[in-house]
Amino acid sequence: MNELKGRREFMQLLGLGGVVFASGLAGACTNILRKSGEAEDDFFFVQLSDTHWGFKGPPNPEAANTLKQAVQAVNALPIQPDFIVFTGDLTHTTDDEAERNRRMREFKAIVADLKAPVRRYMPGEHDASLDWGKAFQEHFGPTHYSFDHKGIHFAVIDNVSDPGAAIGDAQLDWLLADLKPLRPEAPIVIFTHRPLFDLAPQWDWATKDGSKAIDLLQHYKHVTVFYGHIHQEHHFKTGEIAHHAATSLIFPLPAPLSQPKRAPVPWDPAHPRRGLGFREITVDESRLVLTLKQDALEGTAAAQPAAATGS
Amino acid sequence: MMRGTHWMLAPSLAVILAAATSDVAAQEKVIAVTAERFKFTPGVIQLKVGEPVVLELTSLDRKHGFQVPDLKIDETIEPGKVTRLRIVPDKAATYDFHCSIFCGSGHEEMAGQIVVSP
Repeated sequence: MNELKGRREFMQLLGLGGVVFASGLAGACTNILRKSGEAEDDFFFVQLSDTHWGFKGPPNPEAANTLKQAVQAVNALPIQPDFIVFTGDLTHTTDDEAERNRRMREFKAIVADLKAPVRRYMPGEHDASLDWGKAFQEHFGPTHYSFDHKGIHFAVIDNVSDPGAAIGDAQLDWLLADLKPLRPEAPIVIFTHRPLFDLAPQWDWATKDGSKAIDLLQHYKHVTVFYGHIHQEHHFKTGEIAHHAATSLIFPLPAPLSQPKRAPVPWDPAHPRRGLGFREITVDESRLVLTLKQDALEGTAAAQPAAATGS
Repeated sequence: MMRGTHWMLAPSLAVILAAATSDVAAQEKVIAVTAERFKFTPGVIQLKVGEPVVLELTSLDRKHGFQVPDLKIDETIEPGKVTRLRIVPDKAATYDFHCSIFCGSGHEEMAGQIVVSP
């Protein structure tokens, strides 16, 4: 049994644990991208978000272990993903530049234990907004970029290095040029940190010029956006564009505008990892159907207490 | 401190913001609002329907933002400058505002409300 067939069988067994969500690139037709006409198999990648390495506080007294538990949980998947993407807030913010760099070094050392061959990074405001992404770029590389993988065009949009939560005209020009060679029916996946649409501006859950990015993306028929920032799953469509927020790996936040303040959901010692988890995204053979599976950190074998390191 | 006057213009929703002359402003109620990590003072700004008021926004430490999404207001508060907002409330309501320039750990809690009473 090859790994990909095994992956399909694994996906068919879902429903026993995680939540499966069939995503945005619906209306699939086959071979839309493949010039050769040769069959390609499905593949999957994993989204981790908002790990906030360095956070200390009552919303997660186990914060020194949570990222390590997530690494163990991903490594325990029966098949490893093609790549893992971290959609921002890798570290918790600090005014101390030396401490910021230390947190980023520690984060890199922890995720180096991931078995998956490729890791993609982008900043959240906690990583980048106090120094316009300077430390992030030194440790992780560019804050916006694109890449192609097995027939999908992926683009990373930075809406956090500007502390005012803007993408900026220069990056929007880059995005326009990056997308220009693609056909309207090309499958496109966007990674970003903040929601590109106005999910809850009252809670700062928006991107100042996100509508400009959405305007660019609306010229394409099959666009899916994965983001973080709001520490919970959320699914929304602007036109034909699907937007999916991910759970965090530090503490959950309440549903948008469901209470007066966006204070973290209080930690429950009986369920210390409730609301934390990661996401598997499987791309089918047509490259137009994405299947989302939410993996809860709570209850996984890897969620046993890990040895703490000084942090 | 530089006393630069910065009159705000914004679309009319429940609160009307409009350009004004300094003569008019001199006769109107002025509320000083300070921003510092990670709070606004006062945190609740009390207004009355039909009573014009000028908010004088200043920062005590670094650059902050003053965003009132429901009123389409999003302004920067620069250290050493005064940002003035003239508001004429036209209905009783409560509007959330928050800092829109990320300013560190605690930024998420830097918020307040404008409460307009009859």
